[in-house]
Amino acid sequence: MGRVSLRRILLLLATALLVLGAAGCGGGDDGGGGGEGGTLVFAGAADPVVIDGALVSDGESIRVITQIFETLINLKPGTTELAPGLATEWEVSPDALTYTFTLREGVKFHDGTDFNAEAVCFNFDRWYNFTGPLQSPSASYYYSAFFGGFKNNESEDLSDPLYESCTAENPTTAVIKLTRPSASLLGALVQQAFSIASPKALEEFQADEGTLDEEVGFRPTGTFGTEHPIGTGPFEFVSWTREDRLVLKRFEDYWGEKAKLDELIIRPIADNAARLQALQADEIQGYDLVEPQDIQTIEGDENLKILDRPAFNVAYVGINQAKPPMDKLEVRQAVAHGLDRQAVVDNFYGGRGVVAEQMMPPEVEGYADSVTKWPHDPAKAKQLLQQAGLTLPVEIEFWYPSDVSRPYMPNPKNNFEAFAASLNKSGFKVVPKTAPWDPDYLGRVDEGNAGHLHLIGWTGDFADADNFIGTFFQDFNPQFGFRDQELFKLLDDAEVESDRQARIDLYKQANQRIMETLPAVPYAHTKPALAFRQDVEGFVPSPTTNELFSTVTIGEQ
Amino acid sequence: MLRFVVRRLLLLVPILLGLSILVFLWIRALPAGPAQSLLGERATPETIAQIEEQYGLDRPLHIQYWRYLKTVAQGDLGTTIRTRRPVTEEVKERFPATIELAMAALLFATLFGIPLGFVAAKRYGTWIDHSSLVASLIGISIPIFFLAILLKYVFAVQLGWLPTVGRISVLIDLEHPTNFYTLDALIALDFVAFWDVIKHLILPAIALGSIPLAVTARITRAAVLDVQNEDYVRTARAKGLPPRVVDIRHIFRNALLPISTIIGLQTGLLLSGAVLTETVFAFPGMGTWLVEAIRQRDYPVLQGGILFVSFVFVIVNLIVDISYALINPRIRVS
Repeated sequence: MGRVSLRRILLLLATALLVLGAAGCGGGDDGGGGGEGGTLVFAGAADPVVIDGALVSDGESIRVITQIFETLINLKPGTTELAPGLATEWEVSPDALTYTFTLREGVKFHDGTDFNAEAVCFNFDRWYNFTGPLQSPSASYYYSAFFGGFKNNESEDLSDPLYESCTAENPTTAVIKLTRPSASLLGALVQQAFSIASPKALEEFQADEGTLDEEVGFRPTGTFGTEHPIGTGPFEFVSWTREDRLVLKRFEDYWGEKAKLDELIIRPIADNAARLQALQADEIQGYDLVEPQDIQTIEGDENLKILDRPAFNVAYVGINQAKPPMDKLEVRQAVAHGLDRQAVVDNFYGGRGVVAEQMMPPEVEGYADSVTKWPHDPAKAKQLLQQAGLTLPVEIEFWYPSDVSRPYMPNPKNNFEAFAASLNKSGFKVVPKTAPWDPDYLGRVDEGNAGHLHLIGWTGDFADADNFIGTFFQDFNPQFGFRDQELFKLLDDAEVESDRQARIDLYKQANQRIMETLPAVPYAHTKPALAFRQDVEGFVPSPTTNELFSTVTIGEQ
Repeated sequence: MLRFVVRRLLLLVPILLGLSILVFLWIRALPAGPAQSLLGERATPETIAQIEEQYGLDRPLHIQYWRYLKTVAQGDLGTTIRTRRPVTEEVKERFPATIELAMAALLFATLFGIPLGFVAAKRYGTWIDHSSLVASLIGISIPIFFLAILLKYVFAVQLGWLPTVGRISVLIDLEHPTNFYTLDALIALDFVAFWDVIKHLILPAIALGSIPLAVTARITRAAVLDVQNEDYVRTARAKGLPPRVVDIRHIFRNALLPISTIIGLQTGLLLSGAVLTETVFAFPGMGTWLVEAIRQRDYPVLQGGILFVSFVFVIVNLIVDISYALINPRIRVS
């Protein structure tokens, strides 16, 4: 008797499991496909930090902020061309010190208050008056990256403020004055760090408040960025459950074309394989940061599709001239001839890369019409090394990061091995070195402690040459370890040149000089990919990755 | 018994203190720090210096540690670097997720593992026994993440029976007073939500529970084999007791001792955070929280989180030892 009942129990359990499974039928479809309800679920790689443009620098926060807040100046969707945003017209004084913005009329914040020049000045003054921990780059990186310091700098590492004042001449005219000329303000204002928030909400929900305790550090106490992020954008905030979902809904009183979706839900899924499977199961209808190895799978699936972003990055081999013999021009030239860049781009970029000839993408103004080319030529490389008076092979340390995939460098190890092989044939002897990307490798590169050569890259923040080559080469940078006063001067002059054409010419000259003196060897620009269900239409990928979901629809399949 | 418990609890203090020093020193010994992680390619020596000053990382180590101890003594585990929230608040969100997942995995492992092992022992030497051994070998050997992806591929992507990620469908709204999603659903009397939460637990529980299942089955089998040859079992049978009673009251009850020890150990391990399972299923538990914190050098999260996990581990082991004494009268007396 006992035996039979044991077997029975096992059978019962097995049946139970089957029943459970069957009852779960239809449980996989969590998405809003089919046109009804108009809800799109999109997955990023992490939770946002806070929904306050002035206090973040991570892509996930910025993704959400882009839907809720707006800036004075936009980019034409999918391009790096400036277009009217909350400002319809603008005028720059000849001395590049005064910017006059004509503001759009009839715009309301999500809380019903009016958007006007006073609101604009309130926001600019808010950032300028940041104190304490809000001045730290962990909070206001993008503000200080462009404007330098604040009204009362609390750290020696902050420079003098570029911002002087903002005046609301009348409700539709805001005048911004700078302390020194700058010609890149317009391009910079496109960034979400400079989006305009409702002054009423900023105050009521204490956006800048927090307890500052010596031991536990700064703890935000206000709820602006976590519960009441109020802007003028096509979507308004509904709710945020951390590590689960952030819910936005269409703003019915939007000044422009209203969002097509009823609801936009953003959820964090850190693992890229999990993102892919969630898309396949229609639990999400789109995601970002597609791994190159998944592109084929997605393109081969008739229910899914890939969308490309225009290239806005550059992958390069950095050269540290503080480490001999890299200070010799011939040696750097030998490196440039020794790298087989075409082979790397052809083999390791899944068809989504192009060989880079300059340290910034062709789309950005200031891209030179022609520069010195460096074709792969091992014989020439050896010759140059001998000319420099060195005995072959020349031993060099070449660093690459492990366990990371960057949009401009999907597989660092592959790139490294190919480059090392081609350099070894060109009179060098490569000593491989590696470290985990974050933060070890990054730390080394910043300090100038990553050998003679290192692999890295850069994705643009905003569509301005200053953001690329200005960031790299405007001043002494330990990563590259050199002082080239002529190049520094070119970039300094370009930064403040208010005449657009003159500015472009200066940057072109800078790019030509860079490709002559070779502080680094650029090798790739890539098109990072997004993945969507087939029935998602209207998404316009942007080079700066700031995309609006307001034009997106989920149609009938 | 009381003295035993009190003594073990008192031992907690030196254990946790020692651990906190170890963790504190170890994470600072890792190259680079939170500054580089926060800023990525955008870090410059100036911005790095600013951030280090902000978080007091440029102070001498013993000062940093002393400040840390002071806050812990006040019940405050500090503020996370990445999300700028109190560490205790994130623990309150993450730990219930881990508990739910661990309990689900444990339930799966014991519900199937014990009967499996029992039957294998009773059918010793037959095909049932051999196949269960093979099955448990496979269960232990399959990498968890591979099993997880496979399960998702079959049951979620292809069949659409179960979800792939998360704890609950994004289309279901539920209040979270306890952060135990099963409890929250019951409290709200929302049975649709309850069933949805259960569905989200099934595949992760199977993936995570695969190893404990195999181990439990093997241990059960060994324990039962051991016990059923004991004298008192022979006596019980000789007395004419029905086989069912012998099985349960004598064999099973005594085999329970090693089985419960193993289950207790597994519980501790499961509660420490099932990183691989959590990653593949985007299940926001302690595991992924801590691993991400290592990568980002989020010192407060690591210090507070590891301390908390160690605390839990010690308590769980204490409970296991107490239950051991409860099950086995001989230990009680001594």
